[in-house]
Amino acid sequence: MNRETPISTGCLNAPVLKQRGQHEVFCGLTGIIWLHRKMQDAFFLVVGSRTCAHLLQSAAGVMIFAEPRFATAILEEKDLAGLADAQDELDAQVSQLLQRRPDIRQLFLVGSCPSEVIKLDLSRAAERLSEVHAPNVRVYSYSGSGIETTFTQGEDACLAAMVPTLPPSEAHQLLLVGALPDVVEDQLTGMIEAMGIKVACLPARRSGDMPTIGSQTRLAVAQPFLGDTVSALTGRGAGLIPAPFPFGEQGTTAWLRAIADAFDVTDETFDAITAAPRARARKALDKVSETLRGKSIFFFPDSQLEVPLARFLTTECGMIPVEVGTPYLHRGLVGPDLALIPEGPLISEGQDVEKQLDRCRAARPDLTVCGLGLANPLEADGLATKWSIELVFSPVHGYEQAADLAGLFARPFLRKAALQL
Amino acid sequence: MKLSIWTYEGPPHVGAMRVATGMTGLHYVLHAPQGDTYADLLFTMIERRNHRPPVTYTTFQARDLGADTANLFKEACHEAYARFKPEALIVGASCTAELIQDDPGGLAESMGLPVPVIPLELPSYQRKENFGASETFFQLTRRLARDMNKTPEVSCNVLGPTGLGYRHRDDVTEIVGLIEAMGITVNLVAPMGASPTDLTRLGQAHFNVMLYPEIAEETCRWLDRNHDQPYTKTVPIGVGATRDFIAEVEALSGMKAADPGDRLRLPWYAASVDSTYLTGKRVFLFGDATHVKAAARIAKDEMAFEVVGLGCYNREFARDIRRLAKDYGVAPLITEDYLEVEAAIKAAQPEMILGTQMERHIGKRLGIPCAVISAPVHVQDYPARYSPQMGWEGANVIFDTWVHPLVMGLEEHLLHMFREDFEFHDAAGPSHHGGHAPRGVDEPQVVIPDPVADGNIIWLADAEKELRKVPFFVRGKARKNTEAFAVQQGLTSISVDTLYEAKAHYAR
Repeated sequence: MNRETPISTGCLNAPVLKQRGQHEVFCGLTGIIWLHRKMQDAFFLVVGSRTCAHLLQSAAGVMIFAEPRFATAILEEKDLAGLADAQDELDAQVSQLLQRRPDIRQLFLVGSCPSEVIKLDLSRAAERLSEVHAPNVRVYSYSGSGIETTFTQGEDACLAAMVPTLPPSEAHQLLLVGALPDVVEDQLTGMIEAMGIKVACLPARRSGDMPTIGSQTRLAVAQPFLGDTVSALTGRGAGLIPAPFPFGEQGTTAWLRAIADAFDVTDETFDAITAAPRARARKALDKVSETLRGKSIFFFPDSQLEVPLARFLTTECGMIPVEVGTPYLHRGLVGPDLALIPEGPLISEGQDVEKQLDRCRAARPDLTVCGLGLANPLEADGLATKWSIELVFSPVHGYEQAADLAGLFARPFLRKAALQL
Repeated sequence: MKLSIWTYEGPPHVGAMRVATGMTGLHYVLHAPQGDTYADLLFTMIERRNHRPPVTYTTFQARDLGADTANLFKEACHEAYARFKPEALIVGASCTAELIQDDPGGLAESMGLPVPVIPLELPSYQRKENFGASETFFQLTRRLARDMNKTPEVSCNVLGPTGLGYRHRDDVTEIVGLIEAMGITVNLVAPMGASPTDLTRLGQAHFNVMLYPEIAEETCRWLDRNHDQPYTKTVPIGVGATRDFIAEVEALSGMKAADPGDRLRLPWYAASVDSTYLTGKRVFLFGDATHVKAAARIAKDEMAFEVVGLGCYNREFARDIRRLAKDYGVAPLITEDYLEVEAAIKAAQPEMILGTQMERHIGKRLGIPCAVISAPVHVQDYPARYSPQMGWEGANVIFDTWVHPLVMGLEEHLLHMFREDFEFHDAAGPSHHGGHAPRGVDEPQVVIPDPVADGNIIWLADAEKELRKVPFFVRGKARKNTEAFAVQQGLTSISVDTLYEAKAHYAR
């Protein structure tokens, strides 16, 4: 990608098919599965039902063979009937939990559909418990309920909940926003620091490393689903650096370039730092994208990564998007990617799963990106699929992962070709 | 409120889904918020089904709550009927929809759909998955089963198997084969494979075979009372139980079963000298009550293990488990709290755990081998091969499954003899298994209450060192016995002599 503004506005102004009906997506609680690994001294306590607990252990796909740093306080009949004071009950559960896990420094009380419907005030509980357990443990609250959040929006709600507690600072600095795998975070911050920019991350790996925030803070957003977090951060004076998301060689370059421009980094410095990894990424991508070139792809809505990924697969891998479905189209964040996707695909927001399946079966795309509930049934219909949850669970951002990301989409084709059945 | 890390059972509507997904021609309209569709992946991923479960979720959102969620439900019903044309519809609410009290049953009945609509009342905050499955099957049967003449030939129904059941697919094959070989006609297997129309002719059978009491007992009792169908009470898991089951079927049908001959291998495998090392292996059992009951009998009578603890997570069957525990001289553990199970296993120091997917975590943490005997299970417990738990082949499968996690007999001896070999030591794990994580690596920040630490008995350094020479699979027992012996003797510290005196004291 070069620095000139694209002449075409791509799909930026394309009509959007808005649908409502059955959503075949996870709720925001699911984000806990990666957030509890990212924040190593955090514990996530869902206040919800048996369904919430069952979702968490099932959605993980694998049951993690160690004690996870999450649990559910399951509401019982007596909590609903008002026989027990839910706030007292919650205090007791939290004490029990912190006694068992003395290493915990941040506790997230996570609201669910039932806790929202009965209007259980978790923010009040978080305030009270923060006082009780200070200074060892800071208690936050956010909602991961399905009536308010879709899948990755849980991370958005979680990070947004942390913003008010970030210490103020007028340092000229960059804040990298979004939970990334440690290896990716290290690569990206390494390059940014090499450009002479002071950088911190939200979320931090440990509570002691919380970033600061102020009017001299600029935001580099790494995940497209962080709309609320970004508005909370801009509300504290920080400024957003709009850019395509750092997927593939072109996406990563554009993202880094926008950061470099915001901090007045010279072209020489920028090229010196990015030339080698760019060349590596391009070379590796050339090889992997051979499998993908000219193939059609259909996205079911899932993680909100759909638009940036469609941009990557179209402009860098030569795929042809048929439909790009996303649970929520946040133009403020994905606008730059949307503008780079050539006109053609149907952009859809929300879901009526039966109707979308009809469209998918009619289009018979070469590859369908969908959730775990749909993948095997579509495979049984002869359609190749890519489970979208893997895109959230794998290191896929940045130069060194560009070919891995393309590889995730190439693997279903390679596997189909390899199997002689 | 109850703190839960893992749950043994899902919510009751998942039980209803298991019945609907096992059947054909039935559709389930579930009033539920976005996110509850996660349950689909239990079937499409864990069980590898090639179809979506026949479930429509209304997917209400926060903005619908003030508006008209009832209308949303009715629209979903209309669309589901128009698209799938089911023979019957079941309707109900998930946990959140239960709170908004839209009465899905009443709404659906008022719509005048041309097929039977069966409302399900599944209290999400009191009951769980097995209840949901049992109640759904019962309501379907009560609504659909017609009065019918019995078939001219001797026939039975096989009741209880569902979608996402632990080995249900293969248990059905095994037991239907066994029954048909006796000359008895199988009138219907249900819910698995049956349609709502099929359920109308449940009453034709002469008797019922109750495969899974957790799911079918309520229905079997009702059919006994209302359709004059007695039912089998023994669940045919294990050699003895299969024999008892056959005796029941013979009494109900007047037909005779042939001897299994050399198809049944467990008795010889258990008697052959290689199995000597299994004698008195201390096992801890946990799972659903039916599988635990069966496993206890197999462990004691068919493997010559020693049962050192047992329990179940389904309170509905607590009475059976308490009685069983009394017979085995152990304390019953009736709990759905994973941490309580972990503490009980740690206290009992078994050499093997026979449990669920959850006990695998415990086994891994404590360095104790574990074989799975009961739901909940994961994708690897839905094997491609034929692998029943019931009947003669089920007994063979169980023998193999239980022996596999253990260190083999001669290897066990060698580990005793050369305790300090740097390559061939017990931390390396059984040699027929691949790569191992080092054993006994506990996440230090997790505080598991130590059941034996209360006595304040000190292990002297030499004794601690000597204890480490005891192979890992009996080390826990040696530690526990020695400490108990020390307490009995009024000692406050344990020396090498105490260790060996205790060994002599407990020699059998």
